[in-house]
Amino acid sequence: MFTIAEYVKVHDLEEAYVLNQKKTNVIIGGGLWLRLGKKRIQTAIDLSNLGLDEITENEKEFSVGSMATLRQLETHEGIHVYTKGAVKESLRYIVGVQMRNCATVGGSIYGRFGFSDILACLLGMDCEVELYNKGRLPLQEFVKMKKDNDILVQVHIKKTPLETVYLSQRNSSTDFPVVSCSVTKRESGFSAVIGARPSVPVVIADESQILQGNVTEETIADFAKYVQESVSFADNTRASGAYRRQIAGVLVKRGIKQLLGGETVCR
Amino acid sequence: MQIKLRLNGKEVTGNVEPDMALLDFVREKGCYSVKRGCETSNCGLCTVLMDGKPILSCSTLAARADGHSIVTIEGCQKEAEEFGGFLADEGAEQCGFCSPGFIMNVIAMFRELTDPTDEEIREYLAGNLCRCSGYEGQLRAIHRYMDHKKKEGGK
Repeated sequence: MFTIAEYVKVHDLEEAYVLNQKKTNVIIGGGLWLRLGKKRIQTAIDLSNLGLDEITENEKEFSVGSMATLRQLETHEGIHVYTKGAVKESLRYIVGVQMRNCATVGGSIYGRFGFSDILACLLGMDCEVELYNKGRLPLQEFVKMKKDNDILVQVHIKKTPLETVYLSQRNSSTDFPVVSCSVTKRESGFSAVIGARPSVPVVIADESQILQGNVTEETIADFAKYVQESVSFADNTRASGAYRRQIAGVLVKRGIKQLLGGETVCR
Repeated sequence: MQIKLRLNGKEVTGNVEPDMALLDFVREKGCYSVKRGCETSNCGLCTVLMDGKPILSCSTLAARADGHSIVTIEGCQKEAEEFGGFLADEGAEQCGFCSPGFIMNVIAMFRELTDPTDEEIREYLAGNLCRCSGYEGQLRAIHRYMDHKKKEGGK
């Protein structure tokens, strides 16, 4: 169990940023992951008075405040329609509604956890993070960056024309994923995201255009193999790396078929 | 630090440690239905409503609840007893340890969903674990309760 010596509900982001520069101070999102650790926190920084728990929409994008909960994201009608249910699919198996009413989008994305379903899902889309100090940058760039003391303010889901599906494999229905996967079809071609490898999700684009033109069973299998070979997998208590590689190939194939209007076999 | 919140309709204040869980705070205030079952945010036994939404009180800091409204089963006795009767009639209650958290989430579900399907019910209640049963009794109780409410509404 973690300990907290002092708790500050900040009045603005500058106050939070200054406090967050000290190594022993921590921003508390939902606090779910932190509480499972043994961290001794000097000052817990709470952003909940800053109005960052809103999801707004304009003609270009959805903007999700870092303190919005996973449940808010899951039940947002506009996001549900735009992603054709992919975001909901990535969230609905995370423990239970109560947990998703506590966990924040900011905590899930900033943590860059390998097991994060929502991170693997959003990486398949055109998303940007908005950091207090560094400003806006693509989510795909953010996941590769080293963790620092900046503050995640919002996550922007751009309304780029694309189609994406989310799939995962779990040992039991509400457990962490053994493999998470999103497959995306854009005008420029297909791409896949593989997460829970078990490390942080990676994006694999169809650079050699395996799925260009008429997509067949053979080309789908070729792309799945390409993804399996491009991603590094490892063992942990939930599954072996070899098992993950095998499952990732299956999920990629299912994802492509789903995007092409085939049967919806998600899990 | 000093916090002030509405607990089961009454304003309460308290001096809490920054790392105190909301669960411990409400128990200090006499709400003993709220319990720890797992310590890993998985079992749903500690479910309370914060501003009407079900949350895990074991994982929410008391400090975070400052200024909010919290409802435990002690604060919705009528609804809880009514549904609890159906639960007992279906033999779903065995040791009864998980019931307070389960009933709180059922109450939240009926406030949020209208006429949910079995899939929706299972999904909504997936975060409430019962180690005695296979959830069939609970599902039957929910159906009987829904039928009862429909008949009541039709009168």
